[in-house]
Amino acid sequence: MIKLNAINKSYSIGKNSLHVLKGVNLDIKDGEFVSIMGSSGSGKSTLLNILGILDEYDSGEYYLGGTLIKNLNQSKAAEYRNRFIGFVFQSFNLLSFKNAVENVALPLYYQGIKRKERNRIAMEYLDRVGLTDWAHHMPSELSGGQKQRVAIARALITNPKIILADEPTGALDSVTSQEVMQLFKQVHAKGMTLIVVTHENEIANMTERIIRIKDGVIDTPSEKTNMLTGTEA
Amino acid sequence: MDKWQEIFDTISKNKLRTFLTGFSVAWGIFMLIILLGSGTGLQNGAENQFRIAAVNSIFITGGATSMPYNGMPVGRRIELENEDYALLRASYPQIEWMSSRFFIRGSINISYKNKFGDFEVRSVHPEHYLIENAIIHEGRFINQTDLEEYKKVAVIGTAVQESIFGDEDPMGKYIKVNGIAFLVVGIFEDEEGGYENRMVYLPITTAQRAFNGKGKIRQILLTHNSSSVEQSVMLTANLRNYLARRHNYDPSDLRAIRISNNLEDYKRFSDLMGNIRLFIWIIGIGTIIAGIVGVSNIMMIVVKERTKEIGIRKALGATPYNIVGLIMLESIFITSIAGYIGLVLGVGLLELVGGAIPRTEFFENPEVNLAVAISATMLLVTAGAIAGLFPASKAASIPPVVALRDE
Repeated sequence: MIKLNAINKSYSIGKNSLHVLKGVNLDIKDGEFVSIMGSSGSGKSTLLNILGILDEYDSGEYYLGGTLIKNLNQSKAAEYRNRFIGFVFQSFNLLSFKNAVENVALPLYYQGIKRKERNRIAMEYLDRVGLTDWAHHMPSELSGGQKQRVAIARALITNPKIILADEPTGALDSVTSQEVMQLFKQVHAKGMTLIVVTHENEIANMTERIIRIKDGVIDTPSEKTNMLTGTEA
Repeated sequence: MDKWQEIFDTISKNKLRTFLTGFSVAWGIFMLIILLGSGTGLQNGAENQFRIAAVNSIFITGGATSMPYNGMPVGRRIELENEDYALLRASYPQIEWMSSRFFIRGSINISYKNKFGDFEVRSVHPEHYLIENAIIHEGRFINQTDLEEYKKVAVIGTAVQESIFGDEDPMGKYIKVNGIAFLVVGIFEDEEGGYENRMVYLPITTAQRAFNGKGKIRQILLTHNSSSVEQSVMLTANLRNYLARRHNYDPSDLRAIRISNNLEDYKRFSDLMGNIRLFIWIIGIGTIIAGIVGVSNIMMIVVKERTKEIGIRKALGATPYNIVGLIMLESIFITSIAGYIGLVLGVGLLELVGGAIPRTEFFENPEVNLAVAISATMLLVTAGAIAGLFPASKAASIPPVVALRDE
């Protein structure tokens, strides 16, 4: 599903150049549920942004579902983001002036689907995350866990190739975090490819595979890491 | 359609932002309309003052010398005579209409039966009413036959009719002017109203004979067919030279015979009005610029404030075109509606004020050229759109990851 070949990425800060990703190779298969771990400054956010076509890379190759993602113009990038990728963010990133169902339906607006139709589909997905009764509440009226479930419904609605979750439990308490992870597991059970970026071992351990990134390269084989933390691959 | 739905949604859920953007546009247009309307009112009022007499008219009045000439002293009286009238008429083909005025010396008593009043008497030529813009209500004005046959006829103003005839029909009745009976042959009303309607007109020949005129006249009025101010100034100078030679005084002595040129005055006046109009336009353009700056400012803040939203939308699949379109259409929609509201309020207030305040010499009929008002509104709307375009396209091109990071 995802194949990265020698991805390099630098940021220029003033006169200095900061080499963030130093030849990242990565292979994620269809239907995998993986986590990416790394300390801050390790390059994991940058990697996620490249995977999400939110940011560009300098050299290397990135294949998403067989499509080379390279040097896209903005409109093409937007289209791929819309069709291939579902995002879940730490801070939820719901539009505050839209209610739950409208937030969930928004990606379909950019596919040109009629309002009635997309709201109907959005209700189905809200039902899947158990928020039918909250469909017409504004984000400010929802708890953190509810907001994240709305965001997950929004990520799922376009039936993307992958779900990218950036610290999805970072703003949630442990009980709610568990609920969100359970939801991810359910989604995974239906065959979706999921990538979760986290710095919490507990969360990473709920995934099938842990990818560790350190100083801009993939650190060690994930099996070894898992053995060290005493969980199975 | 779905696009508009999305825009209405965003607008109606961000009321303060909508209001602030709209208010600055509505206020700008409103002020512009009030300003332009008041300017027009001022202009209308002042122009009305010049409707009194034909604009292309010249008044020549006898006076006294203020400079010595050929050994003759200062203060010598110069009087116009019948001969001046005849000579001028014959010498200047530019003259269109012409009349002398002769005034009776001393007090004047005008009566009908036992009623009398204090009115003015002007003895004139037939063309006088063409110069003074008098409207004949009934009968006729003085005519050439009256002059030739020294007929004792009179044309009276409406004020005279009201005060000494009351409900009685004056036509065919005799009024007495200082004891001499004149047959009323016409009633007139002057556009200027007031004083001019308290006038009794007599044939100049009859009056000069009856009231000891000796061929002297007080004033000559004429209109001319000069199309430009330059021509009329030249005519004035020619008349002055001609009269100076005939009456033996210094041509540069402006007080021996006073010649006033209405067109020259009108020109001076319309120059003044032009300046006032220019001034109003400058302030109006200033108002528009202030509005444009206001709208630009708000649009910039709006886009800044929405950076995060733009980031989210981009992450969900909005193209830069979608983003710019959303912001632009929103801006155009709000400014158009607000501009229209300002337009309606401004025009409404002008109508209200125009109807409520009494007509004065200085202010009348404040109104605004709708085409100008609408162009101004469209200018503001366009400016708002352009003001939104730059920050919007900048925001739309920010990588989504940067936009998402914005707190």
